[in-house]
Amino acid sequence: MSQKTILNDSHRALGAKMVDFGGWDMPLSYGSQIEEHHAVRRDAGMFDVSHMTVVDLAGARTREFLRHLLANNVDKLKAPGKALYSCMLDETGGVIDDLIVYFLEEAFFRVVVNAATRDKDLAWIRSQAAAFDVAVTERPELAMIAVQGPNARARVATLLSPEVAAKALKIGKFVAFEGDGLFIARTGYTGEDGFEIIVPEGEAVALWQRLVDAGVAPAGLGARDTLRLEAGMNLYGQDMDESVTPWEAALAWTVSLDEGRAFIGREALEQQRAAGVPREMIGLVMDEKGVLRHGQKVLTEAGDGEILSGTFSPTLGKAIAFARVPAGAGSSLRVDIRGREVPVRIARIPFVRDGKPFDAA
Amino acid sequence: MSEIPGDLKFMKSHEWARVEDNGTVTVGISEHAQGLLGDLVYVELPNVGDTAQAGQAAAVVESVKAASDVYSPVSGEIVAVNEALADKPETINEDAYGDGWIFVVKLTNREELEELLDPDAYAEAIENEED
Repeated sequence: MSQKTILNDSHRALGAKMVDFGGWDMPLSYGSQIEEHHAVRRDAGMFDVSHMTVVDLAGARTREFLRHLLANNVDKLKAPGKALYSCMLDETGGVIDDLIVYFLEEAFFRVVVNAATRDKDLAWIRSQAAAFDVAVTERPELAMIAVQGPNARARVATLLSPEVAAKALKIGKFVAFEGDGLFIARTGYTGEDGFEIIVPEGEAVALWQRLVDAGVAPAGLGARDTLRLEAGMNLYGQDMDESVTPWEAALAWTVSLDEGRAFIGREALEQQRAAGVPREMIGLVMDEKGVLRHGQKVLTEAGDGEILSGTFSPTLGKAIAFARVPAGAGSSLRVDIRGREVPVRIARIPFVRDGKPFDAA
Repeated sequence: MSEIPGDLKFMKSHEWARVEDNGTVTVGISEHAQGLLGDLVYVELPNVGDTAQAGQAAAVVESVKAASDVYSPVSGEIVAVNEALADKPETINEDAYGDGWIFVVKLTNREELEELLDPDAYAEAIENEED
């Protein structure tokens, strides 16, 4: 029996096609997933992301704990409200999960982790937190709605009190604040501007409806996947997991090897880098017709790789993918599609930036 | 559920077949199938002159979500393919039983048609699938 978010009835009332996602009954699309994709790129769309796991960390040594837990360095978070994307690694440098951490007060941080990894994440965080006297509190009573697109912030602002609206429109990217009983963060998973809004469950259905009335298009997991892949964002479980280090998942930019900080997995990462990272994750574009899919074989000069996330990009009108290939794979790559070897090009990630093709077209 | 044209025959795997006046068989995928697949973005067509085998894959339709084989309901030579789908695969989403046809087979064994479902039997098969 899959779990339901508080917005489940809202999705069904909108005629959503529902699917199981990490044990949750979630909307795949409400109609055309390509139209939902374009709505986010061109105007404003919204996603129910209440299945994601909100965890609050409290205690005087919380920052010290996060320095130890995360591969990125929370010391980059100087002003309250600031957010940071990071991997949480095991001792071998494998990725347990990726997450966003928000600095709210010196003794109070919030992290948002993936839904499908909830149990192992909580167990890991709790086991590591004990030594730092940090209290770990899951917040299942909070729902979350991501409103994304060039007009998303303006639409949300129309629903807020004047003071909160002014602040919401003023905060920088990767900053959050609390107002009108909401936790409003200028973050997202689409490559567009917008907010991720954490709202008490009791108010989520009304907020969703007010957003619909304000002209924000409901969008499902299908559009969320094409949007995040165009934006060059990894999906945990598909693009990386415990068997992969950040070096092998195009996540080196999230690893902070600052002097003297002994975070979990650091030693393994440094060893792998010194020995030579054996695989890398690259972006691919296929100019021929067809669709790149998870699991397809990538043929390279240095041996076979595989497609991790692959899809049809509605913005580019072509197939795009992340692939993991052996180091030194060269540039003349082909993908095996049903026995046919189709040439593909290496493309810069993100594939799409500010709603437009970045490098790939 | 939209109306299923009465002159069509179906496979349980959601292909439709229409026997034309000249004895050829036009093949496509059902309205139900296009709904399951969602927005189609690519159709891999057979070549005219290829031989189709009943129950064997003859084409591939790909949506954003998934790739799916299209089985030929009958055996015979492929005598026409819907080239317009190369640029407009979404035609199948818009008109699965009309402009969204995929290929035409010159059938060699009329008895194969007896194996196919009539619209009522197909509608029932879909309903059971959804339970």
